[in-house]
Amino acid sequence: MSNISILFQAPPLALQLVIDGFLIGAIFALAAYGMALVWGVMNIINITQGEFVMLGGFVAVVLYEAGIHPLWGVPAAAAVLYAVGWLTYRAVIFRIVDRDLFTSLLATFGISIILQQLMNQVFGADVRIAEAGLGSWFFADGLVTISQIKVVGFFICLGMGGGLLLFLKRSRLGQAIRATAQNARAARVLGVDTDRVYATTYALNAAICGAAGALVAMAYTIHPYIGLPYTIRSFMIVVIAGLGNLAGVVVAGLGLGAAEYFAGFILGAQFQLAFVFLLLVVVLVVRSWRLAMKRQYLK
Amino acid sequence: MTARHRLLLIAAAGLIGVLWPVLLPAYTIQMAELWLFIVFALTWDLVGGQMGYNSFGNVVFVGVGMYACAVVQVSILYSVSAYTAARGGGTEFVFPPDAYLTGLGLGLAAGAVAAVVVALCLGSLVLGMRGHYFAICTLGLGVAAGELAAGWDWLGAGAGMTAPPPPREIGDTNMLFYYMSLALAAVTFLGLGWLYRTRFVLAINAIRDDEDKAEAMGLDTTRIKVTAWAIGALFLGVAGGIYGNLKRFIDPTEVAFSGATVGVWMVLMAILGGKGTLWGPVIGAIVFQVTKEFFWTFLLGWQRVALGVLIVLIVVFFPQGILGWVRERFPERFGHTVEPDTVPAAAKDTVQ
Amino acid sequence: MNRMSVAVAAACVAGAIASAGAVHAEDVITLGAAVSITGKYSTNGMNTKDGYDLAVQKINDNGGVTVGDKTYRLEIKYYDDESTPARGAELAERLIQQDGIKFVLGPYSSGLTKAIAPVTEKYQVPMVEANGAARELFTKGYRYIFAVLSTSDQYLTSAIELAAEKAGDLGKQPNEIKVAMAFENDPFSQDVRAGVMDDVKEHGMQIVIDDELPKELNDMAATLTKVKALKPDILVVSGHSKGAATAVRQIGEMRVDVPIVAMTHCDSAQVAEKFGAAAEYTLCAQQWDATLTYSDDLFGSAADFAALFEEVYDYAPPYQAAESAAAVMVFADAFERAGTLDVEAVRDALAQIDMQTFFGGVKFDEDGRNVAKPMVLTQVLDGKYVVVAPTKWAAEQPVIPRPAASN
Repeated sequence: MSNISILFQAPPLALQLVIDGFLIGAIFALAAYGMALVWGVMNIINITQGEFVMLGGFVAVVLYEAGIHPLWGVPAAAAVLYAVGWLTYRAVIFRIVDRDLFTSLLATFGISIILQQLMNQVFGADVRIAEAGLGSWFFADGLVTISQIKVVGFFICLGMGGGLLLFLKRSRLGQAIRATAQNARAARVLGVDTDRVYATTYALNAAICGAAGALVAMAYTIHPYIGLPYTIRSFMIVVIAGLGNLAGVVVAGLGLGAAEYFAGFILGAQFQLAFVFLLLVVVLVVRSWRLAMKRQYLK
Repeated sequence: MTARHRLLLIAAAGLIGVLWPVLLPAYTIQMAELWLFIVFALTWDLVGGQMGYNSFGNVVFVGVGMYACAVVQVSILYSVSAYTAARGGGTEFVFPPDAYLTGLGLGLAAGAVAAVVVALCLGSLVLGMRGHYFAICTLGLGVAAGELAAGWDWLGAGAGMTAPPPPREIGDTNMLFYYMSLALAAVTFLGLGWLYRTRFVLAINAIRDDEDKAEAMGLDTTRIKVTAWAIGALFLGVAGGIYGNLKRFIDPTEVAFSGATVGVWMVLMAILGGKGTLWGPVIGAIVFQVTKEFFWTFLLGWQRVALGVLIVLIVVFFPQGILGWVRERFPERFGHTVEPDTVPAAAKDTVQ
Repeated sequence: MNRMSVAVAAACVAGAIASAGAVHAEDVITLGAAVSITGKYSTNGMNTKDGYDLAVQKINDNGGVTVGDKTYRLEIKYYDDESTPARGAELAERLIQQDGIKFVLGPYSSGLTKAIAPVTEKYQVPMVEANGAARELFTKGYRYIFAVLSTSDQYLTSAIELAAEKAGDLGKQPNEIKVAMAFENDPFSQDVRAGVMDDVKEHGMQIVIDDELPKELNDMAATLTKVKALKPDILVVSGHSKGAATAVRQIGEMRVDVPIVAMTHCDSAQVAEKFGAAAEYTLCAQQWDATLTYSDDLFGSAADFAALFEEVYDYAPPYQAAESAAAVMVFADAFERAGTLDVEAVRDALAQIDMQTFFGGVKFDEDGRNVAKPMVLTQVLDGKYVVVAPTKWAAEQPVIPRPAASN
């Protein structure tokens, strides 16, 4: 294919795709980590994940359009989305924690539609950005550009991931969360307020997604309909890496970002999204087959 | 609900169905859509409610049927790539009545066949997964199918494909497609009703209730699952063909493979009416359509938000659906007898 | 179920009677429109609706429409098509069948217009549309569609023409020009692409990149990386407002140096206002611009219209709003010249229209295309959109090639 030959003619382009892929992959990984958290602790697959990212992005946009530097959007989005997540839990999620996963799928899907359409009503369907005002670095005679805000975002993602990990390992609430994930009933018996644990977990997840969204708004563009692809990517990363495997999530996230960019370059941008969704199908099918060899199935 | 009552209901529904275009001609298209939605809900329930495999990707069969039908309709007289590539240049594509009708008939058959083939292929890959993995996988399939169709030039890619315009000599095509939808809904309903009285449904329900035990008992679960999905796909393929001709303009992601809308709505309709029953999806489809139309008319701009709220309400507060709720309240009507609370007389003193 | 069916039927009948009643009020002509109030096209859909509303308001304020010896007010009945073609077709049916509408105003976007046109044609209801530019609409022998805007294939052809003209400045022959294209995968953009392809073939130019952008576009990096590798002379992008915003931003960010960059929808994406220096020297295809010297008796000049619009709606009108207002004016003119509200007479009056509006001339050929108004190419110069082509209306000379980005 001619596109592949371009990569061989100008290898720095391949480097560009890898770098761009990793930089956005960090954001994917962060969102996936949040989803894994909610899944592991509460046994809920949060389809609203992508919409939380989108909401966080709009917080940054609002700040930017009000004249405030959008980097403040990251903590602001985290705070706002923490509240949103907590409210969502109190309104809907706590009722479905004990039910089957399919119910959580549908319910969170419904919530995602509400949020998506609400944002469409309030902000309109057009793309919005938040300009951080940072420049780019240029290498290889201009063939490779690295946008500085994307690098900043990369480190913020790593930082947040690390911070979350520390929180879970060291703090009391983190311990309570991990205990609930292992065995909710036992935790309750031992005095852990599982309801508060669930609320905190869900709210934390929303906050992480919000921060990721703020970064997306600064580094790329957002509009009310970017949600579903982010949700699917998070799910895929969690499935590949497995719950509780943070390193796996990071690697899978970065890898997915790079794979997506290569696919977009080689197959054409119109197939980039198809690639993501088909990859999900392939991953699941392969996983399921390998388990079927052992007379087991995906649980 | 006695057999006589049931027969009366079916007869009444049938009568209203047949007379509708005469009574309320302005609403013919909407009713045609309702009959198709009933087909969507019923076929979803076969695999979802009866078999426990909640699919978000049944819309793949609708889209496949839609495109297959349109392609066959066009290729009777013209080359498909010339048809979809024509963007100004004065070529007018005319379909005389006999070519149009033959095309339609063959097209619907082709839609059914194509959908079944896709179901057989995908089924063997995808039905090995359980529960939520299956659900999300099919969601991915639904969206991916739309994106792929949107990239396939032969089908018109992003610009979509128009179903052949019916020639004026045929007259009112609204009525034609209405009765086709009605017929399809009737066939689906009666067909599934018959199916639910055979042993096949016992096998399907066994898979839903405990698949491992069913396998241990010797059921070839994979074959049964794929068969069930293929049966649903058969009806969905035809429905897709009719739907495409109803809408006339086939857009790959909005009309053919509208995963995030129709794909999810069919799940909701079945749940709203009552999963795992024959009438449940029918009732659910009707209530859902009516509610949706009310939202669309009276909540201009906010209808999608209202729909999202409705989804959450149904799933969280009303998962048993209308029929489930009625069954709980009036169990006798459904032939169940409920024992009065049995508390041993002696225990009454100690149990407070 | 029996009771429920009866209740449903009763509700439907009640609804039909209620809505039918609204149409038969005295001395009002009700036009029907399905516009994108929600969904992907909601921004431009609202531009369309605002344009329709402003024209109706102005016409009513000026004494309404005189048909024969009676004066009528204009009114518009709206439905939200949610930016989906399936819904648009359904709503067109509803407007005509249930609400008794006899005159339809078009929706936003080619895809939606393509879905609605068969419906209005089937019921022989004239539709004056202002936002559906696809060529396909005019090759089916439809008699009841009238388009006020220039068709999609003309959008970027003037950019290609400009490239051919200025090939010398780039040190090349016209047929040595390398063209890079990125078009969104939707009916309108694909039609623009078809027009560009025709023009490119005519000049014998080479196409080095031909990318389709997904509808959920928010990142064009892969395409732009290719552009940097292959160094085309002209880059054309069409992807509605989303495409323009994303392209301008990323071209600036990745410092993509292409001598000529041309897009559609840059003005509705407000690229000059939002992206500052990155948007400079971008060529914009527009149906209309407020600086053109068209004028009419109702709104005055194009600039007058823009001023009034901004006063009422608090934002400068993109061309989508202007063309929508023109559509209403076309209907008003047809009503008055027909002298009756008989549908066929109005349809014939529409077919014979020949009027000047602030939006440009309006004259329909036998297929419904407007042949009296050209597309305009503007260039972002100093933060403003300046008309640079066609030469008759140009305010300034275009700056070609784009000065290389310096830092």
